[in-house]
Amino acid sequence: MRKLPVALSAAALATIATPVLAADLNVSIEVPRLTVAAYHRPYVAVWIERPDNTAVRTLAVWYEVSNTAEGKDWLKDMRTWWRRGGRSLSLPADGVSSATKAPGRHAVSIPGARLRDLPAGDYVLVVEAARELGGREAVRVPFTWGRANTARAAGTTELGAVSVAVTR
Amino acid sequence: MKKSLALIAALAVLAVPMSAQAHRQWLAPTSTVLSGTDAWVGFDGGSSNGVFIADHNAMNLDGLVITAPDGTTVDAENKMRARYRSTFDLHLTQQGTYRIANVSGGVMVSYKQNGEQKRWRGAEADMAANIPADATEVVATRSNNRTETFVTLGAPNATALAPTGQGIELVPVTHPNDLAAGEAATFKFLRDGQPAADLEVTIARGGTRYRDNPEEITVRTGADGSFTVTWPEPGMYWVNAAVRTAASGDQLASNAQYNGAVEVLP
Repeated sequence: MRKLPVALSAAALATIATPVLAADLNVSIEVPRLTVAAYHRPYVAVWIERPDNTAVRTLAVWYEVSNTAEGKDWLKDMRTWWRRGGRSLSLPADGVSSATKAPGRHAVSIPGARLRDLPAGDYVLVVEAARELGGREAVRVPFTWGRANTARAAGTTELGAVSVAVTR
Repeated sequence: MKKSLALIAALAVLAVPMSAQAHRQWLAPTSTVLSGTDAWVGFDGGSSNGVFIADHNAMNLDGLVITAPDGTTVDAENKMRARYRSTFDLHLTQQGTYRIANVSGGVMVSYKQNGEQKRWRGAEADMAANIPADATEVVATRSNNRTETFVTLGAPNATALAPTGQGIELVPVTHPNDLAAGEAATFKFLRDGQPAADLEVTIARGGTRYRDNPEEITVRTGADGSFTVTWPEPGMYWVNAAVRTAASGDQLASNAQYNGAVEVLP
């Protein structure tokens, strides 16, 4: 009981030392419906980069998690993500990996707590999709961390609209 | 990419051609247009999602038939089966066009005997002797699968391209070793020797690893089985068509597939 206030104040100090307080990052990703003979849901990676293309962290990877034997064999088809961080990530990872998604809009919400060590500044949210017997596409959405803002972009082949909202 | 999803997709859309469900089979030559008194060509055979990218299964070459420009059958050399591709060489000693085909076929029969589900696979001629007299719920499907390519030493000729009358076959209007980027080429598909009308043809260029979009072409054959494609750029192209027909009367259900590889030069 005596220790608790000390721990709290240490946490409070750590929070004060970082520039961004309790902002959430909300991403919406549209997986387009494609009329092809052999449709397979795409593998999708979502990550944050700095404007110089250096990766900050992976937020989400949608792949065939349930296929423990072969599901990871095609992670490398998300080529840009694989180079910029995917290959050094251990999957599955809690809060990052999940199953592939059907066509439609999907939300990826990252609570501020998970990004509390991210310095304020300009970043790019990247969504990359790769589909079996299909193509590959990456959509880049520049956004600012540290104040409320929204941004959007859209793909043309393997991805639809992608929007980013930083909320307080 | 996702086997279980592929299965679900296959079940959900049984109407799609067979090509959509299986990995693509291909037989790819190292060269197609050669000159001189003799020449060597190597071949890789396999199946995978990305055509000519050996990353899934090697081809079983038991059905390899090589027809020489004079119509005789010649042998491959240096056959080897590796993990992801089977390879062999062909020594071209005649002037003209060789057809290199891997043909498989037969009958698959499923039936019940004393309530137990059984299967038999073999040649159609052996079917009657191998299905027990007390078999029930007998379902037999005939299959014919042709995976082939063409190479030419000197000037092309058409002797080796004569159809056999079995399965789906490509009959040239434009010679398959006379293809150039920007030009149109016309071919005719036969099924069991008859024009294959209204057949969906998938044309896929190799090298998908080095671009983001598959850039596949889909065309349909006309009433005479012919189709025309204008080659958008040079490369090795995979030409595919598949048909499945249900049993009717005393005709067995039938699956036929064609996988050709043709090279388009700049």
